[in-house]
Amino acid sequence: MIEVDALTVRFGGVTSLDGVSLAFEPGTCGLIGPNGAGKTTFFNVLSGFVRPTAGTVRAFGENLLSMAHYRRARWGVRRTFQTEQAIVELSVFDNVAMVHEHSRLGGARRRRDVLGALEFVGLTGDPQATVQTLTAGERRLLEVARAVVGRPRLVLLDEPAAGLPDEETRHMGEVIRRIPEQVGALTILVDHDMSLVSACCTTTAVLDFGKLIAAGPTAEVLRDDQVIRAYLGTAEV
Amino acid sequence: MLETASPSATEGERSPRWHPGRGLLVRTGVAAALLLIALFALPQLLSLYYIDAMTQVAVYSIVALGLGVLVGRVGLVSLGQAAVLAIGAWVAARLLFATAQPYPLVLLEAGVITMGLGTAIGLPALRLRGLYLALITLMLAGAITVVLTTTNFPNGGSGFLGYNAASVHIPAIRRPSIAASDPAYYRYSVIIAALMFLLVLVHIRTRPGRAWAAIRQSEPAALAAGINTTLYKLWALALASFITGVAGGVMAGAVHYLYAIDFTTQDSITLLAVVLMGGAYSLWGAIVAGLLLQLLPALLNSWGVSADWLTILFGAGVLQVLTTAPRGLADQVPKDLARLGRLLRRLRRPPRAASEEGAP
Repeated sequence: MIEVDALTVRFGGVTSLDGVSLAFEPGTCGLIGPNGAGKTTFFNVLSGFVRPTAGTVRAFGENLLSMAHYRRARWGVRRTFQTEQAIVELSVFDNVAMVHEHSRLGGARRRRDVLGALEFVGLTGDPQATVQTLTAGERRLLEVARAVVGRPRLVLLDEPAAGLPDEETRHMGEVIRRIPEQVGALTILVDHDMSLVSACCTTTAVLDFGKLIAAGPTAEVLRDDQVIRAYLGTAEV
Repeated sequence: MLETASPSATEGERSPRWHPGRGLLVRTGVAAALLLIALFALPQLLSLYYIDAMTQVAVYSIVALGLGVLVGRVGLVSLGQAAVLAIGAWVAARLLFATAQPYPLVLLEAGVITMGLGTAIGLPALRLRGLYLALITLMLAGAITVVLTTTNFPNGGSGFLGYNAASVHIPAIRRPSIAASDPAYYRYSVIIAALMFLLVLVHIRTRPGRAWAAIRQSEPAALAAGINTTLYKLWALALASFITGVAGGVMAGAVHYLYAIDFTTQDSITLLAVVLMGGAYSLWGAIVAGLLLQLLPALLNSWGVSADWLTILFGAGVLQVLTTAPRGLADQVPKDLARLGRLLRRLRRPPRAASEEGAP
């Protein structure tokens, strides 16, 4: 369980996150909001790229914010990026192995774990193929494979299906839905595709201008007046 | 290309390695053949003049390899590698005069000491990248050149510096007893170079290589993967400095006498240009860079052409490479040859092509 308390992030005069307090229960949780709402900043705080101005984050009882960012991956925080970051110079296998070897796990299981992660996301082609031979969708899946290899405890997915055609988005949704159960990690999904969020997430939190405006079961949250206003705007906008 | 069994079938397999593909076998075969030619055929074919030049090619291939690790693998542009080479040569010369240690041990010590100093020079790399890092390392290289000019290289004198300005009969820096002659020392330096290439190859193919690839492309992605970027950048600096220090040690024995005037700050810049030309992303590129840096001037000298033309040639070469073959000659030339081969085959084969020839 991830407990976020009074989390505030300011960049100069801009307040990206404004006293956000919420808890994520095991399972897949959605995090939505209009552009600039602070979703990626929230991920950056969890993965260590941004130091919050105030607030605490406790993950499964441990203080996440006191860990150096590269240690968080070892502890079990994994993330994907809005623009996918498959390492072009490495093979598919090595892209995933790279993450595995920097987690705490020993080398003996590496090959099995890496192939398992590739199979989990449905990348069944040649593991020694170079990244350049992959399609955009396969690269996205490769990033998810990197996020689930080994034994992650917290998987942060930042718009994993952005720009993908419907068919591949559906496959991505199926992969995401299986993460909590088969990988055992609490998964937080940021996406603008509401059908993907409602298909994957049991609970959803909504950010708007750095403030939490709604949280709860996904279906209820998506019906919330405030949420609809935040997305569609009001008459004066 | 590679045959891979389904994950379920390979799960029980113990070996963490893949079966080597055909490409890998071919590359290993070509490398082994070239090494054998370099070791046994070249000393028979070449005159002493070119054998000495080839010894320098071996030395500078190692230096280019080190810079290739920094620029091509990690993305750290250093303009101080010639100064690091000078440090390695200085340390080796000092140890060779002061002690009777076996030559390989001296090379190892020169490598380790240079590793410490070279990593310290590279420390700004932890904070800076790109142009700023290049500028800082260039200035440090300049500072080292100044220091070397005032202290001079050891010439058998006493004290820490080992320099005796009054000595008339300067003793030569010794060579290993098994490699006293020029051809033998050439073979010796090729073997050392091969060992350094092997050391770097092992790094690139394993954990540090993957970490470097991630750091070069995207530091956030590397951090998110759990890579301690500071540690791996230091590691790359240490590796590059180590092999460059060893190269300095090989150079000390090769030339017998070292002078500060032979190590200019400009060399560091030329070195980067030539490494980019050869190809910073491949190990072959380092050998190409070594040939361009040392064999080409020797050829020009023997043809009576001033080696000063090389600065212009390298300048034009870098421009050409950066615009048309960003991965360097080592990558581009085989591709061009393959394209040429296809073209020739097409011209020879079908009569259709002949009928099209009439078109302007």
